[in-house]
Amino acid sequence: MAARAFADRHRYWLLILPALAAMLIFYVWPLIQIFAISFTEPTTGFGNYVELLSSRAIRTSFVITFRVAALTTVGCLLLGYVVAYAIYNTRARYVGLMLMLVLLPFWLSVLVRSFAWIVLLGRGGVVNDALIGLGLIDRPLALMHNEFGVLIAMVHVMLPYAVLPLMANMKGIDPSYVAAARGLGASELTAFRQVYLPQTLPGIFSAALLVFVISLGFYITPALLGGGRVLMISEYITYQIQEFLKWGLGTALSVALLVATAAVILAAARFVNLRKTLLERG
Amino acid sequence: MTAPSSPSVLSIRKAVKRYGTVQALGGIELDIGEGEFLTLLGPSGSGKTTLLTAIAGFTGLDEGRLVLRGKDITDLPPDRRDFGMVFQGYALFPTMNVRNNIAFPLKVRKWKPADIQARVEECLALVQMEGFADRMPSQLSGGQQQRVALARALSFRPSVLLLDEPLSALDKKLRADLQWELKDLHRKLGVTFIYVTHDQDEALSMSDRIVILKDGLVQQIGEPGALYNAPRTTFVADFLGKSNFLDVEVEGFAGGRARCRAGGESFEVATEAPPAGGRGRVALRPERIRLAPPKGAAFEGAIRQTSYLGERCHVILDHPGFGQILVSCPTWKSGVVPEDGLPVSFDWDADACVFLEDA
Repeated sequence: MAARAFADRHRYWLLILPALAAMLIFYVWPLIQIFAISFTEPTTGFGNYVELLSSRAIRTSFVITFRVAALTTVGCLLLGYVVAYAIYNTRARYVGLMLMLVLLPFWLSVLVRSFAWIVLLGRGGVVNDALIGLGLIDRPLALMHNEFGVLIAMVHVMLPYAVLPLMANMKGIDPSYVAAARGLGASELTAFRQVYLPQTLPGIFSAALLVFVISLGFYITPALLGGGRVLMISEYITYQIQEFLKWGLGTALSVALLVATAAVILAAARFVNLRKTLLERG
Repeated sequence: MTAPSSPSVLSIRKAVKRYGTVQALGGIELDIGEGEFLTLLGPSGSGKTTLLTAIAGFTGLDEGRLVLRGKDITDLPPDRRDFGMVFQGYALFPTMNVRNNIAFPLKVRKWKPADIQARVEECLALVQMEGFADRMPSQLSGGQQQRVALARALSFRPSVLLLDEPLSALDKKLRADLQWELKDLHRKLGVTFIYVTHDQDEALSMSDRIVILKDGLVQQIGEPGALYNAPRTTFVADFLGKSNFLDVEVEGFAGGRARCRAGGESFEVATEAPPAGGRGRVALRPERIRLAPPKGAAFEGAIRQTSYLGERCHVILDHPGFGQILVSCPTWKSGVVPEDGLPVSFDWDADACVFLEDA
């Protein structure tokens, strides 16, 4: 009897034990190591953090990171809102197809999608060739290896992360609210602005949070389309560790990024119900 | 009486709406009088909601015109028609509190803030929701939401209020209370009400006139009493209340009474003109049949089944000629204590039967 009660009480812990162990060994432990290294390499102390705070290059990289993430978020929200809105406000027969088109990029590697943009935006890329061919420009435009190229590709890669939470949100909005607003004398625009839009604010917040946080730590797309000229913090960390073998500074930057991301989420938590936004979506 | 008793505020001319091959509205002709309480009544799929949404402007007509006080509004968008509307699920805006919900139609009409505030207070008082201005819709009960929806639809004093099954989501007792309140509101404000429902009791208790719809066509229009007592078709007699139907042969007509035969029995039917051809069908309301009449019973039957409803008792009789006859008698003074299998006599007055046109 006592054994039975014991088993009941501990059964759930036993069930999550493997996952918990994996988390501790492969996630928490390395994180602690990173934290430790940042204070011990090359010498013990706050040296890496002093360098982090005084280095112009690092400050620039942080500014670029936040600016790219912010602009990506704005771009994704604008485009994603339109897409999500269209999906729930067009004929039901096209909804399946449109959903497919949103999800398709999810199944393609980010690497492939980023290279696709290089093919499109490069000096001899499709876009420049077409514009020159049409006689609109004489010399190729600099469409990549700058922030513009990074932004275009980032918005493309991140778009599903904005569309999905917005869709989940819009799916729950009864069309009778807008009809009621129209019936009570509101124009189409007023009905949208005052009745529909406010109801999608939770979706907008969760989409923004998701896109911004993922963008902060994004590596592949900025690395490929930035061509080393738009150094976002992830790429900067990679350089420190792989090229210069400066593990101490690299790990200190990682910790800084982690702290910055946590700060964003904590700040967002003041406005959004995070549990609802991130866990109860869909 | 099929025409409104007051000048027409809204006229519907040959309204047709098709969904694929289904004809939702089959050429509806209707005049709605100033200040009238008009109910569109019909089963689901009868076109009543389609007609209401066409009036509101959410559904475009394939043919026909809508004329509001002499002005053609057929092609106007919903926001330019100036009707108030109460939706089935209330559709209170969840992001606005009660005050802002009621103020919404006034704000989009660019009223001055002071006027808006005064009107909102007035409307809250009208529906007895004074203390609730700062509540959110989600904090209100169904009946309270219904009241706010009404206040919102009436806040800008529309000349016509459209109501789409506004009470269908409420429980029975609350529904009855709100019926009284709606009627009272209608009387106080003098606004024209166009009310859609599938509930015949609701229609009978509130309306000035009822329009009975079936398959997108008007079956009959009239005051509740007139419709109930003189249904023209089997459908109307059956849908509005309960009816027994007897197929009769007319054997003679004199002094406003037709001598009829059905099921081997003879009885008289009061009518101005019996159907041509000597055959017809009459509708007979269950409550017009007397069980065990004191003097000279006409027919003999047996009780097959009874159903006790409190104020009334429903009895199904077996009669060798008529078949099954439904009788509804007040429980407090019926001539017999209904009991299954009990032989019982019954009769009815000559004016209890009504000839139907679609026999």
